[in-house]
Amino acid sequence: MGGLRPPILLVGTQDPRFDLGAAVREAGVRGKVALITAGWQERESEDSELVEDLGGPVVNLRLHERADDVFARDRDLSDAYKKRQRQLRLLNDFYRIRLDHAFEAARAISVRHVDEDLLDEERHVSVEELRHLDRDHLERCVVRQVAFDARWKPAQRPIVAEHRREIAKILASSRAVVLAGGHVASLLNRMKLFGVVDLAAGLPWIAAAGGAMVLTERIFLFHDFPPHGTGIAEVFDVGFGLVKDVVVLPDPRRRIRLDDRQGIARFVQRIAPATCVAMDSGARLWVERGRVVRAFAHRLFQDGTVEPGWTG
Amino acid sequence: MDGMSITRAIDALASGPKDPAAVDAFLAAHTFPLVEGPAITFVFRGEAEAVNLKHWVYGLPSSQPLARLEGTDLWHLTFELPRGSRVEYKLEVVRGGAGQWFQDPLNQSLARDPFGANSVAHSEGYEVPEWIHPDPEARPGTMEDEHWVDSPTFGRRSVAVYLPARFRRTRRYPLLVVHDGHDYLRYASLGTILDNLIQRLEIPDMIVVLTSSPNRLIEYADDERHARWLTEELVPHLERALPIDARPQTRCLMGASFGAVAALSTAWRYPGFYGRLLLQSGSFAFTDIGDRNHRGPLFDPVVAFMNRLRAQPIPMAERVFVSCGMYESLIYENRSFVPALQSTGMDVRYVEARDGHNWENWRDRLREGLSWLFPGPLLLVYE
Repeated sequence: MGGLRPPILLVGTQDPRFDLGAAVREAGVRGKVALITAGWQERESEDSELVEDLGGPVVNLRLHERADDVFARDRDLSDAYKKRQRQLRLLNDFYRIRLDHAFEAARAISVRHVDEDLLDEERHVSVEELRHLDRDHLERCVVRQVAFDARWKPAQRPIVAEHRREIAKILASSRAVVLAGGHVASLLNRMKLFGVVDLAAGLPWIAAAGGAMVLTERIFLFHDFPPHGTGIAEVFDVGFGLVKDVVVLPDPRRRIRLDDRQGIARFVQRIAPATCVAMDSGARLWVERGRVVRAFAHRLFQDGTVEPGWTG
Repeated sequence: MDGMSITRAIDALASGPKDPAAVDAFLAAHTFPLVEGPAITFVFRGEAEAVNLKHWVYGLPSSQPLARLEGTDLWHLTFELPRGSRVEYKLEVVRGGAGQWFQDPLNQSLARDPFGANSVAHSEGYEVPEWIHPDPEARPGTMEDEHWVDSPTFGRRSVAVYLPARFRRTRRYPLLVVHDGHDYLRYASLGTILDNLIQRLEIPDMIVVLTSSPNRLIEYADDERHARWLTEELVPHLERALPIDARPQTRCLMGASFGAVAALSTAWRYPGFYGRLLLQSGSFAFTDIGDRNHRGPLFDPVVAFMNRLRAQPIPMAERVFVSCGMYESLIYENRSFVPALQSTGMDVRYVEARDGHNWENWRDRLREGLSWLFPGPLLLVYE
């Protein structure tokens, strides 16, 4: 294929019903698919409903279970991994504290009764501060992850390597990888641990919700209706970067104040120049060579407007 | 300003024919108490020498007479109730010189507590939270009603243990210990709320232990034995028996009224052991001078404790959620105490509600309190 990347189809939320099976058929995939439900954590193997929806032959890669096996048998790696995760959680806590203060400052300035031009300038400064915090946080997370990989070389640890061989064998006989959503941290970390994206090179991906998020370059966590306070979106980690220049926000109907023009404007400016796409049930992003070539989703714009049914 | 006044339904009735049929029609046409904008009208129909509204709203006279609508057996009282208010009350009907307290016969809405049940009224802007009702999508946790603990301090005591629906022995769970936990279960829908908040990912799966004391007014009032029982006996026992994440930040004490005092004084006696505190309408009585509080001798140990703590606040936990009703007398104590808590550097969240010292007030704050102390994976899960 001369370096051509296989197509990727990102789909929206699977709640209240699965439509990954329909997406697989839309992608023209015939034959066995490899399934990843590691985002479901301990419920990873409770996949019968999804398998039924997919229709054809399915093999679950069981990444969550495999990771548990690695952590149980390779204590050194497990301890080092837990230590790294503790550090990353602390970094995340500190980033959130800074983010809260930046939002509070932006709010305090935005309610001043001063010239609109000056307020515009201040809004720009506020967004730049958020962008700086996001960038800095991502960089610091990546530095730790790179250092961890360099020090521990997980792919070369015997137990990880054993699982990688098994995963590679399954993928070699699969026609596509289907990636369900769920807990994005669990999903991302287990996919990284086994290097699944490298092992699946050459296969199409059909990824839903959280699964779609991890295939992009940056993963943002968001919820505008939290049980207390106001939701502040935060950058979580870098994804696998198979889909470029897009930030994916699943389940906008339940998670985003689509009528909050100012909030949407601030977020889209914060992630610019990336395209901001919100994906409800039934939404699609068709991706070729890393770029969105066709869409059926909501697109969010820097002026705070939303285009439902955006077609790319 | 006459043009701006609102003609209330009771005024309309008063200005028309006041025969029994008109009263019947008035009662049939409305639900009671009658909420019209900011005004609330309490109504009673029946022969009596007097009818009084008895309520527990601190700041208003606790007994207010209803007026008889001339020529009828209808009694009424109207006053303004701020938006978002919730009030528990009874009606006192005086006959033969003796008053008897009743639930409002025209109002089916009741709030139960260990002493019985009160009628409930609320103004515009208050809604019963939807997350207190059983959700068919939420898997129920399991409750072990009698989990016995041998205690050198108090002998053998039973607690109830809530395990989340998808409980697995291979995981480690946060621990929440609830004072008066059985009452929280009965009167504040705690079990249903835990099921719902866990299902919605607003709090993590957690193990919740419900304690009750046979002598709470003594044991909860800064009693060293109670703190020892919880910290050196109950929690270690639970950590041996159940897969509990034994870290301060995953360990929480919770309580209301004297139960909040017990939670606070236990955390104070064991600083750093409990990383989370949820304190509702704490009976945090104190004095600025002298050691006698107007609340009576049961409060004396509380006053001594609070005075000591206010003089030298310490960071006993990491996060503290404090809530109190504006319509309870303890609002003064709670408002006064929050700055002292904050001065220690602890992360303190303080919430007020237009409600009184009652279980439904405490129920209504549980979502905010629990999800702030123990944020669930809501932000991380995208199905």
